Amino acid sequence: MAAHLKKRVYEEFTKVVQQQHEDLSTKKLRLTKPSKSAALHVDLCKATSPADALQYLLQFARKPVEVESVEGVVRILLEHYYKENDASVRLKIASLLGLLSKTAGFSPDCIMDDAINTLQNEKSHQVLAQLLDTLLVIGTKLPDNPSVRMRLVEVACKHLTDSSHGVRNKCLQLIGCLGPVEKGVAKETESQAAKDVQKIIGDHFNDQDPRVRTAAIKAMLQLHERGLKLQQAIYSQACKLLADDYEQVRSAAVQLIWVLSQLYPESIVPIPSSNEEIRLVDDAFGKICHMVSDGSWVVRVQAAKLLGSMQQVSSHFLEQTLDKKLMSDLRRKRTAHERAKELYSSGEFSSGRKWGDDAPKEEIDTGAVNLIESGACGAFVHGLEDEMYEVRIAAVEALCMLAQSSPSFAEKCLDFLVDMFNDEIEEVRLQSIHTMRKISHNITLREDQLDTVLAVLEDSSRDIREALHELLCCTNVSTKEGIHLALVELLKNLTKYPTDRESIWKCLKFLGSRHPTLVLPLVPELLSTHPFFDTPEPDMDDPAYIAVLVLIFNAAKSCPTMPALFSDHTFRHYAYLRDSLSHLVPPLRLPGRKLVSSPVSPSITPHEDPSQQFLHQSLERVYNLQHLDPQGIQELLEFTIRDLQRLGELQSELAGMADFTATYLQCQLLLIKALQEKLWNVAAPLYLKQNALASAAAKQILEETYKMEFMYSGVESRQVVIIHHMRLQAKALQLIVTARTTRGVEPLFGMCEKFLQEVDSFQRCFISELPHMQGSFVDKLLDLMPRLVTSKPSEVVKILQTTLRQSTFLHLPLPEQLHRATANIIEPTGESDNPLRFTSGLVVALDVDATLEHVQDPQGTVKVQVLYPDGQAQLIHPKPADFRNPGPGRHRLITQVYLSHTAWTEPCQIEVRLLLAYNSNRSKASARIPKSTWSESLDALPPSENGIEGTIPFSKPVKVYIMPKPARR
Amino acid sequence: AGQDVGRSCILVSIAGKNVMLDCGMHMGYNDDRRFPDFSYITQNGRLTDFLDCVIISHFHLDHCGALPYFSEMVGYDGPIYMTHPTKAICPILLEDYRKITVDKKGETNFFTSQMIKDCMKKVVAVHLHQTVQVDEELEIKAYYAGHVLGAAMFQIKVGCESVVYTGDYNMTPDRHLGAAWIDKCRPDLLISESTYATTIRDSKRCRERDFLKKVHETVERGGKVLIPVFALGRAQELCILLETFWERMNLKAPIYFSTGLTEKANHYYKLFITWTNQKIRKTFVQRNMFEFKHIKAFDRAFADNPGPMVVFATPGMLHAGQSLQIFRKWAGNEKNMVIMPGYCVQGTVGHKILSGQRKLEMEGRQILEVKMQVEYMSFSAHADAKGIMQLIRQAEPRNVLLVHGEAKKMEFLKQKIEQEFHVNCYMPANGETTTILTNPSIPVDISLGLLKREAAIGPVPDAKKPKLMHGTLLMKDNSFRLVSPEQALKELGLAEHQLRFTCRVHIQDPRKEHETVLRVYNHLKGVLKDYSVQHLPDGSITVESILIQATAHSEDQGTKVLLVSWTYQDEELGSYLTSLLKKGLPQSTA
Repeated sequence: MAAHLKKRVYEEFTKVVQQQHEDLSTKKLRLTKPSKSAALHVDLCKATSPADALQYLLQFARKPVEVESVEGVVRILLEHYYKENDASVRLKIASLLGLLSKTAGFSPDCIMDDAINTLQNEKSHQVLAQLLDTLLVIGTKLPDNPSVRMRLVEVACKHLTDSSHGVRNKCLQLIGCLGPVEKGVAKETESQAAKDVQKIIGDHFNDQDPRVRTAAIKAMLQLHERGLKLQQAIYSQACKLLADDYEQVRSAAVQLIWVLSQLYPESIVPIPSSNEEIRLVDDAFGKICHMVSDGSWVVRVQAAKLLGSMQQVSSHFLEQTLDKKLMSDLRRKRTAHERAKELYSSGEFSSGRKWGDDAPKEEIDTGAVNLIESGACGAFVHGLEDEMYEVRIAAVEALCMLAQSSPSFAEKCLDFLVDMFNDEIEEVRLQSIHTMRKISHNITLREDQLDTVLAVLEDSSRDIREALHELLCCTNVSTKEGIHLALVELLKNLTKYPTDRESIWKCLKFLGSRHPTLVLPLVPELLSTHPFFDTPEPDMDDPAYIAVLVLIFNAAKSCPTMPALFSDHTFRHYAYLRDSLSHLVPPLRLPGRKLVSSPVSPSITPHEDPSQQFLHQSLERVYNLQHLDPQGIQELLEFTIRDLQRLGELQSELAGMADFTATYLQCQLLLIKALQEKLWNVAAPLYLKQNALASAAAKQILEETYKMEFMYSGVESRQVVIIHHMRLQAKALQLIVTARTTRGVEPLFGMCEKFLQEVDSFQRCFISELPHMQGSFVDKLLDLMPRLVTSKPSEVVKILQTTLRQSTFLHLPLPEQLHRATANIIEPTGESDNPLRFTSGLVVALDVDATLEHVQDPQGTVKVQVLYPDGQAQLIHPKPADFRNPGPGRHRLITQVYLSHTAWTEPCQIEVRLLLAYNSNRSKASARIPKSTWSESLDALPPSENGIEGTIPFSKPVKVYIMPKPARR
Repeated sequence: AGQDVGRSCILVSIAGKNVMLDCGMHMGYNDDRRFPDFSYITQNGRLTDFLDCVIISHFHLDHCGALPYFSEMVGYDGPIYMTHPTKAICPILLEDYRKITVDKKGETNFFTSQMIKDCMKKVVAVHLHQTVQVDEELEIKAYYAGHVLGAAMFQIKVGCESVVYTGDYNMTPDRHLGAAWIDKCRPDLLISESTYATTIRDSKRCRERDFLKKVHETVERGGKVLIPVFALGRAQELCILLETFWERMNLKAPIYFSTGLTEKANHYYKLFITWTNQKIRKTFVQRNMFEFKHIKAFDRAFADNPGPMVVFATPGMLHAGQSLQIFRKWAGNEKNMVIMPGYCVQGTVGHKILSGQRKLEMEGRQILEVKMQVEYMSFSAHADAKGIMQLIRQAEPRNVLLVHGEAKKMEFLKQKIEQEFHVNCYMPANGETTTILTNPSIPVDISLGLLKREAAIGPVPDAKKPKLMHGTLLMKDNSFRLVSPEQALKELGLAEHQLRFTCRVHIQDPRKEHETVLRVYNHLKGVLKDYSVQHLPDGSITVESILIQATAHSEDQGTKVLLVSWTYQDEELGSYLTSLLKKGLPQSTA
């Protein structure tokens, strides 16, 4: 056998050498290949001791092996395998076999027989396990070969009786991954292994080794994942495993039970020790609930998580999870929650406490108290009180999921969620606040609950406060006292943490618009108006006063009687706020006043369609007019751009789209202007001025194309082509301009070559899109390509010039959704007149708080730029943790920027702005290039060509007054 | 601690070893009854000879208060085991206890400071989950118990018999400690405390919120809050609770803590971070939670300061000391409040005011009218009924023994345990001994030759499945050995006896004897193909080692008597043969 193998190896060896002579030029990579397997062979032959051999193998494993030579290497390894006496070397060989079979593109069926053969005589358990692992790899590489799989499963079944747990483990894993999924297949093959795989695996549920038990359950889950319908009979077995001594087994068993409960929710199972029967899903729910008080926290987390996804559970069981009967000295006691509820429903407003209202009431029948209920009793009560915060978070998540599907449960779990607001770990608090927000449509907060919720507003963590504001935005409050309380607490929060201003205003906006009737009776008090006396006019710049007004105005929107209660200055303030904070203050129908902005709000929806139509029409118009005289085209473009820009301002939904197209048209306009006939006919000396215009246009087009590519989210590949096309045109223009102005041919050579390379890469990247670009610049250019490659630079330039002029204007298809990335710096506000003083040479930290919209991957792209008055610029890359993601498409950047400078004599302003960094390597276009062509082009082109890095400013700069003082000596 | 709380001291005899669990004092007594009666252990002879070790579960005085008395005054020199934090804090408490009894009450015949020091020298500290070999057979292992810093449950194991003693434990985590945990060690006996045998408590969050609300309201009203606590344990939890609350709500009212003892103790809390809960362990890198910002040391003069304040004062049951002094000062004002955060033993002031007494008779016949609000908050860190059941479920013991609780309450829990887990449950009173039968498995040495010989027979041995073996059990020199019969005979110097069974079978056969024999021989040969059946020249047949002889019946020549004889080793084959022969021979055609 070995001799035979060796022969085959050498055969292959020589064969490969021949290839090498044949096409040495094209397939350079193959040069190394034969030497690799041969070297291994030589090495292994040289190895005198097992340790040596092991070393060689280890070295060998570090380098990848090419697809073509895998088989040869495998043969060599197998040959040594048979000769080797040392188990560790055999083990390494076995693992290498597995590694090699994983090589992409290699089909391992040719080595399968050999691999199975090696199993026969192997004595070492470890090696055996490793070989089975290799077989598993081979099996997974051949997914559509049932006979191979059958054979492997058979082999695995044979080794199931092995005395080592490792081997049994691997066997089960193999059966789980490769076992036949369809019943039909199993019957056809009629072999011994084709017996029900489920039964084989099920038999190992009672294995003596916990690791094997775990592997068996995992294999069963694997079968389920692969689409095999597990039998219900396993359920009782799995239930027994829940009481296993080992946590891995229990954890896996919990999963299995969950799977079964999802498969057979409605089947009936008997309750042991009584003759009642319940639904399986309920029974499973009860059992998993029981595991929430398991000894191992891993199992507890697992169980708590799975509870959340058991939605078919009957509500009776669900509500039990929150139930915990209290007793004290055998007398029934009510929980604090029950007491709070009673207090509330009795209509008594929380006045001081009554003595002994938690005194135990009725006697409990000792027989009726069940201390360890087998059911779901109190599972969440336990889960939420768990020692490990992981478990608590899992429990909160589960509560959230269950409450979302069951309003009655949501109402019940409210008390517990509110309690979690006071957890000692911040993550848990945050999670429970988020959870509450998610279920807020199902619930109304009672006053005492609101009290606890609001108490959290004083939390020192910003995340918590903001999450709470979000929560308050969408909660329902039941009484006017509740609203008042909320307002008072929010104002307290505002004074304590002034940076929360925006978030609090927003919160009050929603609070007001949700509860207009509750706000109405509070208005006189809130505005401190008096029936007889005029009260002093409050300070308009006071954030607290603005907060109150935001609440009132939003409530007044749906409550027409409210404005009657306003005093004069309130109306004035309304007008001011409506203008300055239009996103917070809605348009109101005020008595005795012309409706200032009446047509905007109610009629905005029907307008939407026409405006979109308008957009499309104006674009159509532009695209259709191909052969108008240049003057006409220019005018039309200018008008359209103006229209679009205006449209973008008016219609926020269409802003992205309008801006995008406007930018595109702007580019086109610039191009047309630059290419105007007469410009190019002037003699060279007079040309200088025109030249400046053209080159500036080219530059601007380039910039705009980068903006178009990277600043908009939702840009599809169709648009990317056109953007790149536009960029190519701009580059052509640049080339032409340079050709006309520079003397001498030398620099032109390089430029031409570069340009042609770019055309080439464009073609490669967008080959699929080219048919859509009939008559375009590129289309024509590619037709002329053979000529261009051979001709001189001056000719190239000439050709380019004509093509540019003749090429048609490409239609820009619009994507469904297009949003422009925007950023708004909230902090610093840039209003402060007090300079930030610090000693020169030391640093001062500047808090920056900004909202980002429609920015993809902000962690990678958003940078902060600080511009000093001396022109020095500093670019800061914020930490990934500084970005929060409050909603889809929205991000929040809260970071600190460190400033430093040498001493100044006078305070001066620096500019802070946000930049969007881009790198054309990362562009959407390059992502689509297949890997192979990519690496080739990387070789061909210098990297700078491909990766143009740059930044686009996308926020308004904010000025900060600073003053570095000279250090005192 | 049988059927009562305080004076915990349990004596366990397990497989010939004697272990004493805890050595506590009783708060309620000031006479001899305050310490356990050590004469129970042995009347004559030294304690050291009788006890193999002493284990202290945690530092509360009702679990360790009698230790110096026991080791120094009664006399015990053996090892005493406790966890590191217990070892660190225990002497502080003992010293404090000594000071109160000796210096304040002027008692004599009490242990001295030196005695405490000497006693502590005998202590061996153990880590959690560390298996300590006390001697060759006895080993102990500590598990985390919550309750107070350093509280532990101990597993005591001799051979394959084991006992778990819980000490006091808590199954719900609190602000500074985690929950008790034990693995499925399946002890023969679980000795569990049962302070709250009949109580199921509300979630701790409600309790905490209630507590904070009460304190907050009183402080906002301008009242003073007195919280009598034991210096260690609950006090730290409440401190953390109030500290974080103060920080969150940005409150200014001062919080005081009675001095001395506490500062030292807080120091240890700072040190033993690994024994605390997840939160404190995680955050201590930034800030050690026990370095309080808002809590300051208390001075006696502060009690008369105007304005709101919160004071933690010792001791917890208002029976003496600073807490009682402050209570007397503040009791008259209805704006003030006293919050009792734990259990109060009968007879203490705490117990009286909690049971609703508004007029108290103090020392010197003066009557104190209590106008301040009295609140009770169960912050006691004992497991409630559910917790006890949970622990039993975790450990899966074969027997349960309840201590450290009231008899009536235990009765209820006992009944529940028996009903739910189907295990025996005991609740002995003080001085009562409970004997528990165990079912020990005894390891036996087996000679290699025998093992190999026996293993060769039958299926391949499976490491964890029982297998039947033949051999001789030799009990000699206090050791058990399983040897082959031959060797046993040789070692014991006995001659081998042979036991043979003989049986007569009557067969109706008119033929001659040797013909009958031949027929029998042929028959047997035909039936027993796998065995060597031989026809010996003397006219007998052997099947393996079984001998068959045929003689004619003395009276009836037509009846032949077959004599079958076999040794007892071949019992199976022999009886098979007889039954075969009894059926008679087949009708021969010959």
